[in-house]
Amino acid sequence: MATEDIPPPLHDIPTAKEKKYDRQLRLWGASGQIALEETHVLLINNGPGVTGVETLKNLVLPGIGQFTILDPTLVSEADLGVNFFLDDASLGKFRAAETVKLLMELNPTVQGHAISEPLETFIAQEKPFARYNLILAAAPIEPAILATIQRRAQELQIPTFTIHSTGFFSAFSALLPPAFPIVDTHPDSTATTDLRLLLPWPELVQFANEMTAGLEEGKMTAQEKAHIPWVCLILRYLEKWKETHAGKVPETYKEKTEFRSLVRSGDPHEENFDEACAAVLKSLNPPTPSSSVREILSAPETSSLDATSPAFWFIAHAIHLFYTQHKQLPLPGAVPDMKAQSADYIKLQNIYKTKARQDCAEVLESVRKLEKSTGRSPKMAVDEKDVENFCKGAAHIHLVRGRPLQIAGLEEGQPAKFGDRATTMAMELTTPDSLIGLHIAFLAWDEYIATHRSSAKSAGGELPKVPGSGPGDFEADTEKMTGIAHKIVDSLIKEAGTFIEDPEYSEVKENVGKFCMELVRAGGGELHNIASLTGGLVAQEVIKVITRQYIPVDNTCLFDGVASRSQVLRV
Amino acid sequence: MAAAQQPEAAVRTTNGPSDTDTASKRWKYAHTLLSRPGAYTDEDFEPGAIPIGNIAQSHVLVIGAGGLGCEILKNLALSGFKKIDVIDMDTIDVSNLNRQFLFREKDVGRPKAEVAAEFVMKRVPGCMITPFVGKIQDKDEEYYMQFQIVICGLDSIEARRWINATLVGMVDMDNPDSLKPLVDGGTEGFKGQSRVVFPTMTSCIECQLDMHAPRAAVPLCTLATIPRQPQHCIEWAHIIKWEEERKDTALDTDDPEHITWLYQKALSRAKDFNISGVTYSMTQGVVKNIIPAIASTNAVIAASCCNEAFKIATSSAPFLGNPGQNNYMLYTGDSGIYTYTFEHQKKDDCPVCGNLPKDMTLNAEQTLGELVESFAERPESQLKKPNLRTEEKTLYYSTPMGLEEATRPNLEKKLSEMLADGEEFAVSDPAFDITFRYVARFS
Repeated sequence: MATEDIPPPLHDIPTAKEKKYDRQLRLWGASGQIALEETHVLLINNGPGVTGVETLKNLVLPGIGQFTILDPTLVSEADLGVNFFLDDASLGKFRAAETVKLLMELNPTVQGHAISEPLETFIAQEKPFARYNLILAAAPIEPAILATIQRRAQELQIPTFTIHSTGFFSAFSALLPPAFPIVDTHPDSTATTDLRLLLPWPELVQFANEMTAGLEEGKMTAQEKAHIPWVCLILRYLEKWKETHAGKVPETYKEKTEFRSLVRSGDPHEENFDEACAAVLKSLNPPTPSSSVREILSAPETSSLDATSPAFWFIAHAIHLFYTQHKQLPLPGAVPDMKAQSADYIKLQNIYKTKARQDCAEVLESVRKLEKSTGRSPKMAVDEKDVENFCKGAAHIHLVRGRPLQIAGLEEGQPAKFGDRATTMAMELTTPDSLIGLHIAFLAWDEYIATHRSSAKSAGGELPKVPGSGPGDFEADTEKMTGIAHKIVDSLIKEAGTFIEDPEYSEVKENVGKFCMELVRAGGGELHNIASLTGGLVAQEVIKVITRQYIPVDNTCLFDGVASRSQVLRV
Repeated sequence: MAAAQQPEAAVRTTNGPSDTDTASKRWKYAHTLLSRPGAYTDEDFEPGAIPIGNIAQSHVLVIGAGGLGCEILKNLALSGFKKIDVIDMDTIDVSNLNRQFLFREKDVGRPKAEVAAEFVMKRVPGCMITPFVGKIQDKDEEYYMQFQIVICGLDSIEARRWINATLVGMVDMDNPDSLKPLVDGGTEGFKGQSRVVFPTMTSCIECQLDMHAPRAAVPLCTLATIPRQPQHCIEWAHIIKWEEERKDTALDTDDPEHITWLYQKALSRAKDFNISGVTYSMTQGVVKNIIPAIASTNAVIAASCCNEAFKIATSSAPFLGNPGQNNYMLYTGDSGIYTYTFEHQKKDDCPVCGNLPKDMTLNAEQTLGELVESFAERPESQLKKPNLRTEEKTLYYSTPMGLEEATRPNLEKKLSEMLADGEEFAVSDPAFDITFRYVARFS
C-alpha cells in the first residue's frame, strides 16, 4: 500500500460502541454520552402510561445507564392496543415488569428495574428518590402526591418532568433546580463568529498590514490580491475610512453601506472582495453580551462566591472581572473559512487562537485567585478544561431559573394560581393562536381528577376518575370540566388585576371550552401517535438536561395534535 | 382493488383470535375518541363505525424502513391500520441500532423492510405488513394506485422527488381514488419537518424544493492547491487522490479499509499544510455525508406524520394539507422546542404540478458549460446530470454518451450564440421524470 510511511492511527478507528452510537456522538460528543450512561431515570407511570414508556424507548436506545418503572397496574387488553412494549403474553401481569422487559431488549447495555408498589406507599418511604438522577411522572397523579414528589425532588435537586397526554393533546412541565446553567449551548455556527474587527489587537493589525501592503499602490500580482483574506481587507479599508471620518468606524446602516462600496471599489469581481462585502453588515458590530449573558454575570451566585460554589459560578465571576476590565468577553478564537492561501489562513487562525488562549489564561488566573480567596479546597479546583470551554462559548452561555410546578386541585374549590406569571399569562389569553387555553384545560383536568374517584379497584386501591372515561360521561363531563376551566380563566384575569371585555372574553372561554371537550372526548385514553410524539419531545429534553448541552424548555411545553403545533409557556 | 390481492391476510385478521369483543377492548382508547364528536371536526363528521372502519380498511404505503420508517410502522399498527406495505432497499448496519428500534445486533446485514415488517406483525397481531426490498422506481403506477395514503420517511431528496412526481402524474380528475395524499417526514439532528401534499391540489415536494438548498461545494482548485480546513484535505483524498491512485477500485464508503486509506491520505496532507482537526470520524462524516440522527427527533417527526395520516383516514380532526390550510410543520428542538406550522403556497411555475415556465436571468456572455454546471446548486432544480434543449435544438445532453459527445462542443459557446432573449428552454435529468421549463432573460 502507498501509505506505509504513515503508522496506522489505531486510536482513531472507532470502537464497536462508537460505531453504534456514531450518529448521536456527532451531536453530544463523548462527554454527553458519559453523562447519559451515568444516569438513572425513574418513571412514575400512571393512566394508560404510553408516553412515559415511549420516552424511555428514546433514552434506552442512545444508552442511558439505568431506568426504573414504578407502576402498580396490571396489563389490560386496552394496553395492548396502544403500548408497543407489551405483547399478548403480558396480559394480566404487572405492567412495570412487562414494559421493562421489552424495553431492555432495545439495548443490552442498559439496565432496567420494575417496581409494582403503589405510588402512595413508595413516596412515603424515607428518601425514595435517592438512587435516581431524573424523574418522569405521568398524569393522572393526585395533587397531594404530586406535591410530595415535588418536595422530595427539590430536596435532592433532581430534575423532574410531569407529563400529560390525552387524545390529540399533550403537555409536559420541567421542574429544574433554581439555577441550571449551560455552557455548551451549541449555538448556530453563523451566530458565533466574533472577529473583533472594530477592536483589533496589535498582532492582527500587523498581519493585516502585511497582507495588504501594496494593495492600493497596485504593487500586487493579481494572484496575491485575489488571496488576501477578507478579514484583512476589511481591516485595511477601515483604516482608510477612518482617515476621512475623524478616526471613527462606520456605525449607522448608511455608513456601513458606504463602507461596503469603498471595499467594493478595491475590486469588482474577486471572490475575497465579495466575501468582504458580504461580511460588512454582520461583522462591524461592537460585540455586546446578550441580556442572558449579562444576567449570568450579574447573578447573585456570581457575586457571592463561597468555597463550595459550583465551578460555573467561579468561572462566571472571573469572566465578569475580565469583562469589567476589557469591556468585552474573552475571544472565542474560531475563524470561518475564507478565500486565502493555505499558509496565510493558518497564520490568521493562529493569531486568533493565540489571543483566545491569552484571554483564557487571564480568566484562569482569576479563577485560581478566587479559589484561594474563598478558601476552596484544592480537591475541588475548577478544571482548566471547563474554563476553556466557558471562554469559548462565553457569548452563548445560558441560565435556566427552574420554577416550581403549578399544581392544580391542591385545595378544593381553589382554582390554580399563576403567581408572578399571572400578568404575562393573562396577556396570553388574548394572544391569537396561544395555547394557554390548552394549559388551562389540563389544569381543569387535574382539578377534576382531584375531586372524582373511580369505582374500579386496582392493585393500588382507589384510582382517580378521569373525565369522560365512562360510556355516558361525555356531555356531562365536558360541561363539568369546562366549568372548572372557566373558573380558572376568571381567577387568572383577577389575579393579573386586569379584565377582558366581550367579544374577546367570550372567545377566550369558547376556545378553552373546545380544548376541554377534546380532552374529555379522549376519556383519559392516549392516542399512540401523540404519546410517541410527546415521548420524543420529553426524551429530547431529558437528554439536554442530563448532558447539560443545548437549551432545555423553560418550563411548560404544550402540543396541539389537531393544529399540529406547539408552544412553550413559562408558568 | 388491493384487498383482493391479499385474501389470506384479510381472512386471518377477521377470523383470527381477536373476535369483535376483545378487538373493541383492545382498541378502547382510539375507538372511544372516534366514537365521539370533536370540537374541531366538520359538521358532517359521523363518529363511530365509519371512522373506525376507515382506519382498518385504508391501505397505507410506507417508503423507508429506517429511523423514521421503524417509528412509522409501529405508529400505524398502533393507530389501528391493518394493511401496510413497506419499501426499503437497504440492509441493517450497526450504526442504525441507536434509533432503529425494530432491529437487533443479530439482524445486522438483513433487509430493513423484512425485519421491520416481521417485528411489528409479531408485536401487533392482526396487522398485515408486506415488505418490498428494492427501489421505489422498481414499481409502476398500478402498484401505487392500490394505496389510500403514502408516507415517506426518507433521507434522500431524489427519492422524494421521484415519488412526488409519480403521485402528481397519477392524478386523474375523473377518478377521486387516484389522488393519494403524500405525508413526508425528514430529520437532521434535533431538527425536522413533516408535511402533507395533496397532489395537484396543494404545494408539492417540488414546489418546496428550495426549502432544502444543497450545501455549496468547495471549489476544486481550493482542494487541489490551497486547502485551509480539515474537510478540504478529506475531500482532496476523496475526490482527487483516490482517482489518482486507486482508480480501478470502486470506492465503498462502508469499507473500513477504504475510509482508513482516505483518512490517512487526508491526515498527511493536513500535516503538510499545518492544518489540524482531521479525524477518522470526520473523514467518515464528510465522505458519507453523514447526517446526525437520534431516536427522539425521529419519534417526533414520524408520529407527526402518522397523526396526520390518522386524521386524514378518519376525519376525526382537521389535518395538514387541506387546501387553503397549513400543510407544513417545521420543528426545532436544539434551543427549547419550537414549531412553525404554515401553508406553503403552490407554485404556478413548479415543473411538476404547475404549468408555467420560470424566468431565468442569464448573462449572455456566460458559456453554456457554466449554465449546465449551475443546475446542481440551484435550490429550485438540484439536477446533477442536466439535459438542455430548446423547442428547435438540443443544447447539451449529459447522457447518453453518444449524445454527450455530439453536444459537448456547445459547452464552450456563449449563451448568446445558443439562446435568444425570451426563448424557452427545457431542462431534465434522467434521475427524475421532471422537465423544468425556463425562459431565458438576458441581463
